[in-house]
Amino acid sequence: MSKAPDAPLGARDLPRGRAALLASLAAIGLVVAGTAAAFAYTAGWLSPDRLTPARMVDALSRRGGDPIGHRRNHSKGICFTGTFIANGAGTRLSTAPMFVAGRYPVIGRFAIAVGDPAAPDASGRVRSMAIRIVAPDGQEWRSGMNDSPVFVVATPQEFYALTLASDVDPATGPPDPRAVQHYFATHPDGAAFVEWAHTAPWTASYAEESYNSLDAFRFVDAAGASHPVRWSMRATVPAEAVTQAALAKLGPDFLEQDLRRRLAQGPLRWHLVVTLGAAGDPTNDATKAWPATRPEVDIGTLEVQQAQDEASGPCRDFNYDPLVLPAGIRPSDDPLLPARSSAYANSFDRRTAEAAAWPHTNAAGAAQ
Amino acid sequence: MSAAGDRFSPLQRTLHWLMAVMILSMLFIGIGMVSTVAPRYHVLVAIHRPLGIAILVLVLLRLGLRLRRGAPPLPADLPRIQALAAKGSHVVLYALMLAMPLLGWSMLSAGGYPIVLFGRIHLPRIMPHDDALYTVLREAHFALAFVLFAVVLLHLAAALFHALIRRDGVFTSMAPWPSHRGPAPPPALRPAPQQR
Repeated sequence: MSKAPDAPLGARDLPRGRAALLASLAAIGLVVAGTAAAFAYTAGWLSPDRLTPARMVDALSRRGGDPIGHRRNHSKGICFTGTFIANGAGTRLSTAPMFVAGRYPVIGRFAIAVGDPAAPDASGRVRSMAIRIVAPDGQEWRSGMNDSPVFVVATPQEFYALTLASDVDPATGPPDPRAVQHYFATHPDGAAFVEWAHTAPWTASYAEESYNSLDAFRFVDAAGASHPVRWSMRATVPAEAVTQAALAKLGPDFLEQDLRRRLAQGPLRWHLVVTLGAAGDPTNDATKAWPATRPEVDIGTLEVQQAQDEASGPCRDFNYDPLVLPAGIRPSDDPLLPARSSAYANSFDRRTAEAAAWPHTNAAGAAQ
Repeated sequence: MSAAGDRFSPLQRTLHWLMAVMILSMLFIGIGMVSTVAPRYHVLVAIHRPLGIAILVLVLLRLGLRLRRGAPPLPADLPRIQALAAKGSHVVLYALMLAMPLLGWSMLSAGGYPIVLFGRIHLPRIMPHDDALYTVLREAHFALAFVLFAVVLLHLAAALFHALIRRDGVFTSMAPWPSHRGPAPPPALRPAPQQR
């Protein structure tokens, strides 16, 4: 073989014209350049207007100072550890292993939906709870929930537009409030959220809030049937209305202080309540509530036992990606879910690379 | 090298073309998933993990075959520099085919993520949960993807150079069709006719 030319494909010994050689070289160049161009297109390098996770997180980072080392949104928070106590009722709806009656460890986080890790707690209209529940077989369920009944936007494009309206241009100072007003005037699907933000009572405690998945998911049962669902962590502590002005007087960190004070007395509990959607209920629009008459199933209790500073706490290095799901829970067609997942990953990649800007401390909780 | 004949074995050739499709797909899926917020994001990530592990399994099999069975010799008249480039680029290709899935698996481990393949099927973590380690592994996975893509393009150009210009049997030794004496290659894969 090394001696004889490749007979059937051969022709190597025949004289080749200059034109044929050039044509071959051109063909090779085209194939290589075409593959490289397809790669560049896929990477978004040829589409400066494509909404990418990086552009989303860039926009979140321009709301008055990039929180280096911290999450780019819900930047101020506190870690907690606890237990999810499943009552078994969830197994009728989903094969998720943490729905089987039993106790499962939880690492979670409370936060306010702001971009500044030093923001005063009274500035956070939206409060959130994130949880990571681990089953004995190693499967995980992560969920990030907000205390508003609906989300403010339906699509990643709307989220981006609203974030841009809240961005601070270092040259021109604080954002023009008219930009946000203009956003809501032109995006009526945000109205239910705005109504809640203006009228819902404020409270002085993470413990008095209920937290909602907002996005829809699908539970898949043992027979393979898929159920559209949303879920809530329902507070067991009665809510006490407080004015925002009164909250501001409690100091910048009253939510963390309140949480620690309450946990010193004993664990705090929430009920995990699953709402079953009916045919026609929107699963792709988190700005729309489902009718209040939809059936609900209480599938267990979250017991929050301890709180830890985030700098040293166990929640710090977890990405509460809403698409980390066990078998038995699937994403719905909600376009916010892939956008949240990809943007959270980008934010996680940034802050884990910036740990030097926010050093880990070895305070209590680091070993949790 | 053992006596490999003038072509790679049918199993080696099958693995080569199967992995060519898988690796090129992985590179596009990888760069595509980190640059979109659209619904395809989740689909791409869900494919990326099991496909990467499949490549890891196949490359181990392939490396074993290559070490046992060797490769057909390069043409004796191949310039020394080209022969060196051929050997070197194959070492780099094998190293990256092995490293990329291991880095991906390791970075997810260090990032505290579950390594989900399908449904309840998942792999154990192979690195401690550590943000500094995660950062190093993620940056290596990302940077080496570009190196792998560049070497794949080089490999593609060299293969076409052997097939269309040198016509020295190097391409035929890995060609997807059965053998010299077997059925003719499909027209699209046949070298261009001499006079056009």
